[in-house]
Amino acid sequence: MSKKEYEKPVIIRVESGFSKAGVPLPKQRVRKSIGGVSINELVNKYGSPLFVFEEKSIRERYKRAYEAFSTRYPNVEFGWSYKTNYLKAICAVFHQEGAIAEVVSEFEYQKARELGIEGKDIIYNGPYKPYDSLMRAVKEGAKIHIDTFEEINDLERIAKELKKEVPVAIRLNMDTGVYPQWSRFGFNIESGQAMDAVKRIEAGGVLRLNGLHAHIGTFMLDPHAYYVETSKMVQFMNSVETKSGFSIEYIDVGGGFASKNRLKGIYQPPEIVVPSIDDYAEAITSAIYENIHGNRYPKLYLETGRHLIDEAGYLVTSVVASKTLPDSRRSYIVDAGVNLLYTYFWYKFNIELTEEKSGISEPSVINGPLCMNIDVIEDSILLPRLKRGDMLVISPVGAYNVTQWMQFIRYRPRVLMVMEDGSVEIIRESEDLSDIERREKLPKKLEIR
Amino acid sequence: MRLENLAINKNGFAFDPTTGETFTLNETAIKIVELMVKGESEKSIAQKLSEEFEVSSQEAFNDVLDFKERLKLYGLIS
Repeated sequence: MSKKEYEKPVIIRVESGFSKAGVPLPKQRVRKSIGGVSINELVNKYGSPLFVFEEKSIRERYKRAYEAFSTRYPNVEFGWSYKTNYLKAICAVFHQEGAIAEVVSEFEYQKARELGIEGKDIIYNGPYKPYDSLMRAVKEGAKIHIDTFEEINDLERIAKELKKEVPVAIRLNMDTGVYPQWSRFGFNIESGQAMDAVKRIEAGGVLRLNGLHAHIGTFMLDPHAYYVETSKMVQFMNSVETKSGFSIEYIDVGGGFASKNRLKGIYQPPEIVVPSIDDYAEAITSAIYENIHGNRYPKLYLETGRHLIDEAGYLVTSVVASKTLPDSRRSYIVDAGVNLLYTYFWYKFNIELTEEKSGISEPSVINGPLCMNIDVIEDSILLPRLKRGDMLVISPVGAYNVTQWMQFIRYRPRVLMVMEDGSVEIIRESEDLSDIERREKLPKKLEIR
Repeated sequence: MRLENLAINKNGFAFDPTTGETFTLNETAIKIVELMVKGESEKSIAQKLSEEFEVSSQEAFNDVLDFKERLKLYGLIS
C-alpha cells in the first residue's frame, strides 16, 4: 500500500476577531516563474539563494518612463543612476535604451567608462569628487555638478592648468515642502547661497555655468514636491540669465520617484499611495512651461533609479529549517539574510511561495541565516507549513540591494538575468573565499604554518 | 493533562472544555495527539508517522518534538 502524502503537524489556537490564522488561506501569493522561466528550474540549475532580474521588465519600465516625459516635453534625457544598481548588465540595458550615466563617485565614474560610456555621456554628481577624478572628468567632457565652494576652486585650478574654459553645473537645494529637506547637498536657493555660487563662478572667469541640478529626496510620494522643485529651478535659471552672462542649457531635476514597494508604517498598499510616472512627468513638465521665459527650452535630465529597476528584481531564497518560538509563532530560517536586503530597513516586501501549499496557515517569522537577532526579513506573515527546500520569492528588490548589500559571514549569491528571449545569464557570480581575502595580507610573524 | 480532555472532530476542530479555548489541527496533528493520549513515546509516534506517510522517521521525530513545544506553549501539556 502506498503511503499518504505528509503534511507537517500544525495546531493553531483560534483567536477571536478576524484572524486568518488556523484556516487555509483562501488565496496564497504564488509566483512560479520570472520572465517566463520556472523558479524551480533556476534554483535547480544555479542554486539558492539567487537574485534574479528580468530584462524585459527593465526595458519596458524605461520605455514607459521615457514616453511619459518625451510626450510632454521636447528635450528629455535620462541618466541611469549607477548607485541604484551598478551591475554591468543592468547599466548596459539602460544604456542600450538610450540613458546616459549618472555617477556619484570616482568609482562609479570608472565603472561607467569601463563599460564604454564616453565622458560626455556621464553626469558626475556627489559631495566629494577627488581632484584626480575631477581632472579626468574635465578632460573627458563629463557634466560636472558642483556641490561645494571648494569644488569651484578645484575646477578653476584644473581649468587654468588645462588652459580651457570648463562648462559646469551647480547643484541646488531648496524647500519643496518635503521634510527632511535635503539641504546638505549643493547650494541653497532661498538663502541666496546659490546665487552667490553663480557670482563666484562668474568672478573666477574660467568656468562657464551651463546647467542646474537638484535632487530633493528619495521615495517621494508627492508629485507636487517636484512641481515646486522644478518651478524654483526654472525661476532660478531665469534669475541667473538676467543677473549673469551665463546661459543655462539644461536642468537636471534628479530622481527619487517611488517604486511599487510598501514602506513600513504606511498602511495602504503601494497601488494606492505610489503616484504613476505620468503624475511625476506632469508635475515636472508643467512647472517648466509655467515658469519659462521665451521660447528656448533647456534640456531636461532625469536621474530616476529606483522607479526603473526596483520591480524588475527578485530574491529567491529557500527554507533551511523551522522551529516554534516561545511566543508560539513559527520561525523559518531561510538561506538569504538582511545583509543582502539593505532595503529591508524601510520596506515590507512582497513574499510569495513558488507553488500552492495545502494546509492551515500559521503566524510566522522569516529569519535569515545570520548569527544576529536583527536578521528578520518578515516578522509577521501567515504561511502554510513549509519544509526544508521550499522556496520564497522576495520582491521588489532591484534597487539598492546589489549596491548596498554587505558581505558578512557568508558569500554573496549569484545574480541572474532572465533575458528577453527566455534564456538565462549569470550577471554576477557567487563569491568564494578568494574574493574576500584578495586584499588581505598576513604579516610573516603571524603565519600559522 | 489538558490534552486528554481535548474534544477533536474529524475536521480538526478542537475544543478544550477546561478553558473554553478552541484550536484547529491538521490530519498529522490529530494523529500525533491521538497517539500521545495513548501514552506512546515520541520515537514510536515518529515511527508510526513514517509508516503511514511519505516522511522519514528522523524528520517525523523532529516534527513531533516541535509539535510538543507548541502544545506546551498552549498549556495543553506540561
